[in-house]
Amino acid sequence: MLDVTKAPVDNDQPLLLAEGLSKSFGRLHACRDVSFALYPGEVLAIVGESGSGKSTLLQLLSAQMTPNAGSVSYRMRDGVMRDLAALGEAERRFLFRTDWGFVHQDAAMGLRMGVSAGANVGERLMAVGHNHYGKIRQTAASWLERVEISTDRIDDAPKTYSGGMRQRLQIARNLVTEPRLVFMDEPTGGLDVSVQARLLDMMRTLVSELGLAAIVVTHDLAVARLLSHRVMVMQGGRVIETGLTDQVLDDPREPYTQLLVSSILPA
Amino acid sequence: MNAPTYNFAYLDEQTKRMIRRAILKAIAIPGYQVPFASREMPMPYGWGTGGVQVTAAILGVTDVLKVIDQGSDDTTNAISIRKFFEKTAGVAVTTSTLDATVIQTRHRIPEAPLHEKQVLVYQVPIPEPLRFLEPRETETRRMHALGEYGLMHVKLYEDIARFGHIATAYAYPVKVNARYVMDPSPTPKFDNPKMDNCPALQLFGAGREKRIYAIPPYTSVVSLDFEDHPFTRYKHDACCALCGAGESYLDEIVTDNAGSRMFVCSDTDFCETRQAEGHRGSESAPYAENRHA
Repeated sequence: MLDVTKAPVDNDQPLLLAEGLSKSFGRLHACRDVSFALYPGEVLAIVGESGSGKSTLLQLLSAQMTPNAGSVSYRMRDGVMRDLAALGEAERRFLFRTDWGFVHQDAAMGLRMGVSAGANVGERLMAVGHNHYGKIRQTAASWLERVEISTDRIDDAPKTYSGGMRQRLQIARNLVTEPRLVFMDEPTGGLDVSVQARLLDMMRTLVSELGLAAIVVTHDLAVARLLSHRVMVMQGGRVIETGLTDQVLDDPREPYTQLLVSSILPA
Repeated sequence: MNAPTYNFAYLDEQTKRMIRRAILKAIAIPGYQVPFASREMPMPYGWGTGGVQVTAAILGVTDVLKVIDQGSDDTTNAISIRKFFEKTAGVAVTTSTLDATVIQTRHRIPEAPLHEKQVLVYQVPIPEPLRFLEPRETETRRMHALGEYGLMHVKLYEDIARFGHIATAYAYPVKVNARYVMDPSPTPKFDNPKMDNCPALQLFGAGREKRIYAIPPYTSVVSLDFEDHPFTRYKHDACCALCGAGESYLDEIVTDNAGSRMFVCSDTDFCETRQAEGHRGSESAPYAENRHA
């Protein structure tokens, strides 16, 4: 896990605050009474098996879905805490493409597969009014370098990229506007182990360099251990255990967490 | 010679009212695509059903109609639509840009400057400028509503990345009245500057897509571009072979199988007017003389 001391310490106000979040689909309770606070620069992992409500929670937190009960508030760049449900659609979408990032498990959902990598990275810049081709391209190139994609692939479409490259491109595309909060939904899902390792290493560097806060949904405890400061364990839509990553993973309290931890195959 | 079974200008009055309402709304919100209940017309989609409905809705008995197709008054599409309104509305028709009060066009804006007494009706195949980048109609509508036009620049970026310049040569996106991004229909980008601050009313009808949009007279129309890759007009580097015009939009005509070609004005009325005024191009000398020179 990350060195906690590297996280910015002057930020004692939460960046994102979830209070009593619940969401049900008919009889199915996907998420029950979830509350937590996320601080600037902090990486929170949400772990749990399939169907435990992780992805639903991520959707609620990122205002892509409205909860049945509870609220999510976010500290805007001006320092004011705002209830996401009270934001207008224009504000919410603006937030989504400037101050937030969303890394999908399937890169095809987060990228425009038919347009070049440079344009994929540059899109957010153009969306906030950058209007100088040369500068946009330069920024795109420097971001490709940071995510270890060779700049001579800048004019190739991501459909010609490998899975790992697509995922790295997706990260670059999200980080180009220097967001303060990034949501990641199984960012390493479907990648082979060596590619996962490289991706995780890169994400860890970027997160600490940029002082990003991140919420990472994963079923892979290794990802949680490598990336996150804190872990939240979900089962059946409830948060059953939460704490510092090493504490939860090395000394799990709940039987279910113990089961999860013990089911990791020894390397 | 009105066929008695037709209402004036083919469409029934209720339909015309509906279309006029859409037109009024379109004029009130420049560049905004207004949905309308497009009717089946006695012609296939893609032949100008949108333009024809708009023309039918605005045509009055005293109007003088001109129809052009790629600038030309004498191609199949232009002739058949002109005949259609001669037959169903009995209005006067002309090929002169100056004399016409309603000009229906496919893919060109006449070279002669338009004036306040005129309405230019465009036939539009695909009204949505964002369509090829964002296939969802719900999403493009939302993007228009919120003024999220970053995606349009992605297209221009792609052009430069691939070809070194903005290679979009027709249907070049414009911003109308500093608000809505609009597809000017597949006119060559050469014509884009003519839309800006134009004294004539410009109406756009898309029959298959069921949309009407408009640019009111004297409205700002700005072609999108990058600071370091500004909008440029494009035309063939030649003069018209028939009238010698150097400033008009030219069609390239292949004259044999050996690669010979000539360039002529795409606007036939403009070219003929100039020839009548005595202007001559390289090919207008007597045929034999030119051949053996």
